[in-house]
Amino acid sequence: MLTVRDLHVTYHSGQTAIPAVRGVSLDLAAGERLGIAGESGCGKSTLAIALLRLLPRGTEVSGEILLDGEDVLGMSFGRLRAVRWVGASIVFQGAMHSLNPVHRVGRQLAEPMLLHRTVPPSKVEERVTELLGQVGLPPWRAASYPHQLSGGQRQRVMIAMALACEPKLVIADEATTALDVMIQAQVLELVTCLATERGIALVMISHDLSVLSSTCDRLAVMYAGRVIEEGLAHEVFTAPRHPYAAGLAAAFPMVGDDASRLRPRGLAGDPPDPARLPPGCPFHPRCERAIAECESHDVRLRFVGTKHNAACVHIGGLVT
Amino acid sequence: MTAIAWQRRRAAVGRSWQEYRRHRAGVAGLVILAVTVGIALAAPLITDAEGLDVTKSTGGVLDPPGNGFPLGTDEQGRSVLLLLIWGARVSLLVGITATLLAMGIGTLIGVAAGHFSGWFSGLLMRVTDWFMVLPRLVLAIALASVLGPSMVTIIVAIGVTSWPGTARLIRAQTLAVEARPYLERARALGAGHWHQMTRHVLPNVMPLVLASTTLEVASAILAEATLSFLGLGDPTRISWGTMLSRAYASGAVTAGSWWYLLPPGLAILLVVLSFTLCGRALEAVLNPRLRDG
Amino acid sequence: MARYLAAKLGSVAFSLLMVLFSAFFLFRLLGGDPVQNLTRGREVSAEQKAELRRELGLDRPLYEQFLRYIKETLSGDLGKSFEYDQPVTSLIAERLWPTLLLTGSAMVLAVTFGLWIGTRAGWRRGSAFDRSQVSVALTLWSAPTFWLGMIVIMVFAATLGLFPTGGMVSHRVEPGAFNAALDVAHHLVLPVLTMTAVIYAQYVLVMRSSILDELGNDYLVTARAKGLRDDIIRRRHAVPNALLPTITLVFLHLGGVVGGAITVETVFSWPGLGYLSYEALRAPDLPLLQGTFLVFSGAVVVANTAADIIYRFLDPRVRAA
Repeated sequence: MLTVRDLHVTYHSGQTAIPAVRGVSLDLAAGERLGIAGESGCGKSTLAIALLRLLPRGTEVSGEILLDGEDVLGMSFGRLRAVRWVGASIVFQGAMHSLNPVHRVGRQLAEPMLLHRTVPPSKVEERVTELLGQVGLPPWRAASYPHQLSGGQRQRVMIAMALACEPKLVIADEATTALDVMIQAQVLELVTCLATERGIALVMISHDLSVLSSTCDRLAVMYAGRVIEEGLAHEVFTAPRHPYAAGLAAAFPMVGDDASRLRPRGLAGDPPDPARLPPGCPFHPRCERAIAECESHDVRLRFVGTKHNAACVHIGGLVT
Repeated sequence: MTAIAWQRRRAAVGRSWQEYRRHRAGVAGLVILAVTVGIALAAPLITDAEGLDVTKSTGGVLDPPGNGFPLGTDEQGRSVLLLLIWGARVSLLVGITATLLAMGIGTLIGVAAGHFSGWFSGLLMRVTDWFMVLPRLVLAIALASVLGPSMVTIIVAIGVTSWPGTARLIRAQTLAVEARPYLERARALGAGHWHQMTRHVLPNVMPLVLASTTLEVASAILAEATLSFLGLGDPTRISWGTMLSRAYASGAVTAGSWWYLLPPGLAILLVVLSFTLCGRALEAVLNPRLRDG
Repeated sequence: MARYLAAKLGSVAFSLLMVLFSAFFLFRLLGGDPVQNLTRGREVSAEQKAELRRELGLDRPLYEQFLRYIKETLSGDLGKSFEYDQPVTSLIAERLWPTLLLTGSAMVLAVTFGLWIGTRAGWRRGSAFDRSQVSVALTLWSAPTFWLGMIVIMVFAATLGLFPTGGMVSHRVEPGAFNAALDVAHHLVLPVLTMTAVIYAQYVLVMRSSILDELGNDYLVTARAKGLRDDIIRRRHAVPNALLPTITLVFLHLGGVVGGAITVETVFSWPGLGYLSYEALRAPDLPLLQGTFLVFSGAVVVANTAADIIYRFLDPRVRAA
């Protein structure tokens, strides 16, 4: 139900052009769960907000984003506003600032429903109580202000809000990153349960590969604005083919697995500055398996197995 | 201070200047101020002070421009242009001196309030808040009425009413600076209060104070003009404010003598605007969050 | 909540006491011997002076004089004006309404336009509208208020003759309340215009910067993601948040408004408290000066405390748990 084709997003700050997304293509079927992983600066958050055309004015966007067949990038403003939240909604990170501090929670939950008229005004209060209940919050919380809730509670409000208009797609952008591990687990379970119940497609964005691998069907790993590996979640996590994906997967030890404790971990160096990308493969300065060709040859995704692709020069039997 | 510290400071100033140059409004303001100050300082050299003497005036009463008087004459037959140039000296002097006074008091109280804790600091802040709320002109009038009309009165009145803003700013900065670890180290090494405040806190607090001071000069010049207009300035000295006061008193308004009314006011506007633009540009340079604002 | 209000009341009382003290300090102590001032230019014998001294309680110790001063002030006795030979309190009562009319009208206009334009300018930061409005505001702010008044009089009253050059009422007015009101309104136009211009400039800049502070916040992205229209996001989400710091700054600037009232009333000979202060200054009429000082300072102090309380009600984050 979601198809992204060759998406390019370039920010313009003063005189400099910053290419945040450089040709990303994705497919998502109804009810399917896709995880997008990567470090900060790889373009995953930009991708998330681009899906609903929420980028700041002056940002260059090209490509196609087909939501249920309609191109989001080509829609008129009116149609776009109607599709937002109803066709797809977003759960943001850091709900302290993602919720309006001077509006009560109930009002913020009701707002999209009243706007899109998905619920008659007389039934809105009932629906708000229902939504709060689904995320495990008592009805009287509707009268609270965001600052009166804990981090986990605010995130749950954001989830409830995202489900308010019964969208077919929910994009969770680092929805659990700022939370304690216990709360994180609770919230993740909540999200996946609700999504499964209603057949909602999920795009989960995180830098935590282990979280994604356990909750998503498919995984895509991004680096420097491109997808460098994609495939079934389990496969990508346990048998990654791209050196970066391997490094990312190895960075999260598996509790109880003694072997993983001893395995070499961590990725040296920092992610590249999007405004100044290295020539050829953007990962080559940090790659342990880099060869001369990596500096000159910018690799695209190559076939690894069924539904599994990775963009490395070592794949496809070209070089050992 | 060591050579390295000085080198770094110089480099930082150089970078700030580069940044400042990108703000066209700030640069324009700087140019206007340079020209104005230049003319004011050069007044004795480029003009004949004799023309200011009321007994030696040669023009008619409230004459429009012409006949050798580019800006016409005032109610005593003196050249308005001459008065304008000489008035710049007093207006600028009073504005700058009053601001320095305000800055001095504000810095003292701000650093003390930020550095010391307990009831002393609380008391200082109470007093500061109170002064801040008090209507400036009302207090200035009260002071001037008991001190008598003179330039010093105006300087004191403005200085005494303008320091709270600076004090608050400096206190906030002092608290921020004092939270930094190197201050703790200095204290562990035995640095006394005075040493801490002058060697560590002050140099870090100064840049932001500079921006705030520039904006204060703008307000001080406006305040001087208003107080002079209300008759609190030295009647024997010429400032832009006293010019306007005399214009008003002599009926230039109803007579439509625009050559007497427009120049001093426009001069004040231009100078105040220039200081404001410079101050805003400085703020933008020193506080990156405000850039592009 | 009750505790908070009690604390605020205490704070106001303390501030007002400080106002009284500074008035006492300025006018009694710095102002010189009150008897000298009272009897200036009049033939008074030494015994009469001594009698006056006893009457005014000047032979008592300072703290007693201060206490007596507080008592008198609180009971409404602010002394007698030298120039008008009238109790200061009644003079102030007479001139209060014109000041309220002028200042009130100017504030309403300045706040309305200032907040409206400031919001629009900040929302579209960097646009031609924003840049032009900021330029206008900075220029107005840099102009001396009294000078603007003089120019306005010169152009619209003296030269074009559209409005009166000063005062509040004309000598000859058609009888009837409506005609009287119209006459006052006619006189009100130029002074209000002048006073509004400068206050407006301050508010535009403050509101604009408050909106700019809100622009970076994530909740606005959430609002857009929900599908809300741009102007609704501005009005419903950004403005309420931006108004909070603006309100504080507006009240903090009240002292400036008072100053503006004094200069505008003086230039236009508008018979209000500001003009009264000016006349008191010219004389100099110390009891009257003291009286107006007390009224102005006291009013601003009370207004600021009211602002604190109002802010507390408006900002849910600060509201007492």
